[in-house]
Amino acid sequence: MIGHARRRVDARGKVTGQTIYADDISLPRMAYCKLLRSPHPHARIRSIDTSRALAHPGVYLVLTGKDLPIKYGILPVSQDETPLCVDRVRHVGDPVAAVIAREELTAADALELIEVDYEILPTIADPEEALANPEPRIHDYSEEGNIHKRVAFEFGDVDKGFAEADEIFEDTFFFQGNTHLPMEQHASVAVRDREGKLTLYTSTQTPHYLHRALSKVLEMPAGHIRVVATPCGGGFGGKSDPFNHEFVVSKAALMLGRPVKISLTREEVFYCHRGRHPMLMKFRTGVKKDGTITAMHLQNVIDGGAYGSYGVASTFYGGTLQTTTYHIPKYRYQGARFFTNKPPCGPKRGHGTPQPRFGQEVQIDKIAEKLKIDPAELRLRIAVKPNELTANFLQLGTVGLEQCIRRVVAISGWKDKFRKLPEGRGVGLACSCYLTGAGLSIYWNAMPHSGIQLKLDRSGCVTLFAGTTEIGQGSDDVLAAMVAEVLGIKTFDIRVYSGDTDLGPVDLGSYSSRVTLMAGNAAIQAAERAKAMMAEAVADKLEVPKERLRFADSAVFDAAAPEKRVTFVEAICLAEARFGTIGTVGSYTPPKFPAAKYKGGGVGTSPAYTFSATVVEVDVDTATGLVRVAKLWNTHDLGRALNPVLARGQVEGSIYMGLGEALMEEQDYRRLPSRLSHALVHKFPSMLDYKTITSLDMPEIVTEFIEGPDARGPFGAKECGQGPLLPVMPAVANAIYDAVGVRIDEVPMTPEKIVRALAEKKAGRAPRYGPDHFPEMSWGEPLRVPPPWDGGDGRAINEPPRQPKPSREKEKVLTP
Amino acid sequence: MMRLPLFDYRTPRTVAEAAQILDGEGPEAMVIAGGTDLLPNMKRRQQTPRTLVSLRRIEGLSGAHLDHSASQLGSCLTLAEIAEDPRFRNGCSALWQAASMVATPHIRNMATLGGNICLDTRCMFYDQSYEWRQAINFCKKKDGETCWVANSSPRCMAVSSTDTGPALMALGARVILHSARGEREVTLADLYNNDGREYLTRRPDEIVSDIRLGPLHGWRSTYWKLRRRGSFDFPVLSVAAAARFSHDGVVEEARIVVGSAASRPLVAEEAARSLLNRRLEPEVIEEATTLAARLAKPLDNTDFDMSWRKKVTSQFVTYALRELRGDDMRAERTRVMHSQADGVS
Amino acid sequence: MAAKREAPVESQKTARIKMVLNGEAQDVVFAPYKTLLEVLREDLGHTGTKHGCELGECGACAVIMDGKPVLSCLVLAVDCDGREILTVEGMETDGRLHPLQEAFADLGGMQCGYCTPGILLTAKSLLDHNPHPSRAEIREALSGNLCRCTGYLQIFDAVEAAMVEIAKRGETTK
Ligand SMILES: Cc1cc2nc3c(=O)[nH]c(=O)nc-3n(C[C@H](O)[C@H](O)[C@H](O)COP(=O)(O)OP(=O)(O)OC[C@H]3O[C@@H](n4cnc5c(N)ncnc54)[C@H](O)[C@@H]3O)c2cc1C
Ligand code: FES
Ligand code: FES
Repeated sequence: MIGHARRRVDARGKVTGQTIYADDISLPRMAYCKLLRSPHPHARIRSIDTSRALAHPGVYLVLTGKDLPIKYGILPVSQDETPLCVDRVRHVGDPVAAVIAREELTAADALELIEVDYEILPTIADPEEALANPEPRIHDYSEEGNIHKRVAFEFGDVDKGFAEADEIFEDTFFFQGNTHLPMEQHASVAVRDREGKLTLYTSTQTPHYLHRALSKVLEMPAGHIRVVATPCGGGFGGKSDPFNHEFVVSKAALMLGRPVKISLTREEVFYCHRGRHPMLMKFRTGVKKDGTITAMHLQNVIDGGAYGSYGVASTFYGGTLQTTTYHIPKYRYQGARFFTNKPPCGPKRGHGTPQPRFGQEVQIDKIAEKLKIDPAELRLRIAVKPNELTANFLQLGTVGLEQCIRRVVAISGWKDKFRKLPEGRGVGLACSCYLTGAGLSIYWNAMPHSGIQLKLDRSGCVTLFAGTTEIGQGSDDVLAAMVAEVLGIKTFDIRVYSGDTDLGPVDLGSYSSRVTLMAGNAAIQAAERAKAMMAEAVADKLEVPKERLRFADSAVFDAAAPEKRVTFVEAICLAEARFGTIGTVGSYTPPKFPAAKYKGGGVGTSPAYTFSATVVEVDVDTATGLVRVAKLWNTHDLGRALNPVLARGQVEGSIYMGLGEALMEEQDYRRLPSRLSHALVHKFPSMLDYKTITSLDMPEIVTEFIEGPDARGPFGAKECGQGPLLPVMPAVANAIYDAVGVRIDEVPMTPEKIVRALAEKKAGRAPRYGPDHFPEMSWGEPLRVPPPWDGGDGRAINEPPRQPKPSREKEKVLTP
Repeated sequence: MMRLPLFDYRTPRTVAEAAQILDGEGPEAMVIAGGTDLLPNMKRRQQTPRTLVSLRRIEGLSGAHLDHSASQLGSCLTLAEIAEDPRFRNGCSALWQAASMVATPHIRNMATLGGNICLDTRCMFYDQSYEWRQAINFCKKKDGETCWVANSSPRCMAVSSTDTGPALMALGARVILHSARGEREVTLADLYNNDGREYLTRRPDEIVSDIRLGPLHGWRSTYWKLRRRGSFDFPVLSVAAAARFSHDGVVEEARIVVGSAASRPLVAEEAARSLLNRRLEPEVIEEATTLAARLAKPLDNTDFDMSWRKKVTSQFVTYALRELRGDDMRAERTRVMHSQADGVS
Repeated sequence: MAAKREAPVESQKTARIKMVLNGEAQDVVFAPYKTLLEVLREDLGHTGTKHGCELGECGACAVIMDGKPVLSCLVLAVDCDGREILTVEGMETDGRLHPLQEAFADLGGMQCGYCTPGILLTAKSLLDHNPHPSRAEIREALSGNLCRCTGYLQIFDAVEAAMVEIAKRGETTK
């Protein structure tokens, strides 16, 4: 079972078209909802006249912001969204009204009959404009002007670290934003069910957080709301926030007493966004001649878009995990997220870390060249060690980075290729580290992060109830496999119900690569408990000590005398007779991370970290700058591959997405000449114009798993669905340099940029394309935390006394 | 889900009947063939014909007669039929390559040759949903006043994005236009007009029934297409070149057409003339390249940066002429076009 | 908020066609502006056919029409009179999954499964016309189907495995 290639439990449904995604649901009397979205990037709503829309034949209901005034947001500190804008629109595509009608076409037609009177406000297009224009404030709660949030830390005396360095490298990088583009467009169906309560079927990765937000906004006890996360047709982080349309259809269904569906168009999905934050980063790194890092200083200017979303967390992630790949003895991080009039950024695969990883890995390539050290060798010298406690007090566990590097060097033929291939052809190397589940929940609580419930009965069926969501990553299968392994049965004998807040225990959701580890451990616990009950009953029956019983091949038998056995079904019957109805639970709460006691120290903690190394070989057409990726090798330390087919799929899928980001994917906006228009529109809100890799562009990939079970992972497993994405972009940049000798310090690396850098090179200037300036700004006083090797105890030496925040809205818990 | 607006649907059985309907319905009626251009446009409310006159049930529009001296291609021939037919691969490779590189295999199964040459012009400010266009207060191509690409331009600058258009022009194609008033034949070059709005000289009541090619004997042709990915993408620059060579490699006749660089495919006449009575030596190619690239003035309204596209124009002319000369350009083709459609004939 | 009680009667026309869907003749009545995609999903309850753009830009809606893969989001339903349509629901025969379905299920050919119906049908059409495609031909045939999850390689593997299996089944029936 564990460790073997096997058909996943949801496979049949998906290859036969039987799997029901949100938009596949159709119910009697169902009405359709369409949203009217703002054509302006920033405006005050003076008034909305819905009368003509309402009079349109076939229209049932029209809603505006006034109908749903309560704010929500994924993080307790940024409750800044409303289902429909109440008095202000903040980006093109911000929804202002909803029409619910008998047919979708009718609803769409009626949108045009709604008259909104807007007062146009000045538009802020990027962080530099936000810095220059503290007014108008996009949100009143921002830290200052249009700076949403600043974080600043200093671990050790960084200036001293620079003084000890033989060389100091300073580089600026820009990572353009990009988006998830799941194949499935968001869809939801809300129903007032037969008990008069609300059921919402929706394509979400986080039904639990949505559940809480619905309760708040609709002012209904959560116990009267059921959220069913339908199988997601792709998420990648893009379905992790509560979304406007989910509240709107819920409200409409409650009001109309009929099911209401919404199915977003692709363009609307681009407006939901929550994708990768554009980051402008300045790295200063001091190194010794042998490559050892003495200190690093990272400044990060982050474009957040119009709402908070996960942005506060992203701002931390934009620097926090820099210390977990290479040993950095002294580290200063300053990050600032800005509000701008564009769809909000949020968590995309790798959440906040691919951007600084890009900068660091490219800079290391530059360092290696200057110091005349092979980049693989340099990385081996500075790689973090197992069980290291980093400068910022992140506790690492198993670390397979060294093996990853050694193996990727071996299988890619690195030594015969690096700086040795003909002009136009090159190889590049990069590494990364990622976490396996965030150590902290999004809202503070002492309850488990994952729960599993098992029901076993005399039919022989094991039913697994989970709060997790199947977004394609295979979470239903992995949970079934773990239970099957413990109980010695086949996954086919298990039925999985997941993603339903009525049926399954709470699980925080499918994000931060947490499900396999957290829900997996919970599943193992629940299965072990069931096993213990069965063992006790069977031991009595067979008159053997229960310690000697084995569970395998759908039977329970005496290890010493295997002919003494009962079938698995008989074992359940015995247990049921002995204990009554059999149901067990398991739960998982991450271990405490006592090391980081400073404020913000919880971000980046995780039960386990994974490591990846990638080599890319590229072919660059020097005349046009067009790049073709010829081949890619990846080694990934995932603890243990529970199902190698699925693990390979996660790794290859991550690499695919990384290649898209490296070469073409970008979420970019267009301004028009200001004397003619104030528009700020998405440049390419379609699948044709938002470029992603096709089957013809995908190179051959060689992947190798570096296995070394991690005690904290279920059966030793760590994540593999995000980490392998991170090294791809920098590896491509480093390969382009090897091929044609130009540095592209910006993502995506398009042929235009390469041609420009080649022209610079030809003209004898710095052979580079990338940002040429970095804004001046005040970053605030950093929190000073001495690292472990400077005698630090995990506390900041200058932390202001923590005060209970009066401003933070106290959470209301509604009781049924 | 994006949905179509309401329309009437007519399915004539003959070209004459179709022409009759178009005549009766006036300019609010539009011809639909494969629908792969028109239907997305209708869903985005760029085009909202009241009546669709389908050519799909008309027999006799889908055959192809290829001959060394004269060929006739029905306008409803699908691009897949062209791509799969070895006669095209061997007889007029520019057309074969162009058809093979349009969009995706599925679209090529549906898309017709007639629809491809009549394809609406494209622009990043126009190929957007109604709501998006509303956010920029529309544009000169439809419903608006300003051309956002060139603010002071008196005309719409949307880009001719047909793949087969330039290829067929390089092959000297002519088209037959049918209407209730009769039939006329024009060169394909004359069908196009350098105006993003009025990009065809075809009258709204005319149907393209056939495409005719002159003698192909002794001709070699090739097509180069710039796009970001190996499939899906429209050309954002293309070069079609064809030449007839004497047995010892001297150019006797030549045509070079630059596509997707203006509102119509551009005929590089001077460049083509410079090749006459010469062998395609490097300096000959260079001279023609300079002349052809001069024509292309790409604007910032397609994928990729415009100055870069201009640069690529010369590169592509060079590649195309080298390929005509007989150089093996397969490596370049895969590198720049991710394409498997190689070989020249 | 403004709510209206009575649902007005829509005076929309309907169209009626006959088509063969997954081997069975069907009379279909629908609103005439609909594409085949909408009619399959909304009027015939065949929700196995997916959609990711409705503009011909993703391939999720691919079905086989008269033997060829086409995009159902760009086929007018009124144009389907007399045509034969195969959707993913029709791939299984006599209770047996098509070798492609088996191979995709076993070899990681799908993750979220949203692109899968379109890809399966496209691959089926490829193997129907070309029983032994090279990997380059498989890449080319699937170049109109985007997948955001897999990175395509396991899809290619699955098509190749199915190709072998179909050849084997052919051998045994000979
Ligand atoms: C995702 C995507 C990618 C695409 N990529 C490309 C590409 O790379 N290259 C490319 O060239 N095209 C591309 N296209 C556009 C389109 O698919 C092709 O141009 C196709 O050949 C159009 O043919 P059709 O039969 O589908 O045209 P239709 O949509 O039926 O018609 C197109 C236009 O021509 C008119 N028309 C059609 N037939 C006739 C006729 N016989 N007489 C008079 N007028 C007629 C119609 O009224 C309409 O205005 C793409 C489309 C999509 C959706
Ligand atoms: S739905 Fe995307 S191509 Fe049809
Ligand atoms: S499996 Fe998810 S898009 Fe292909």
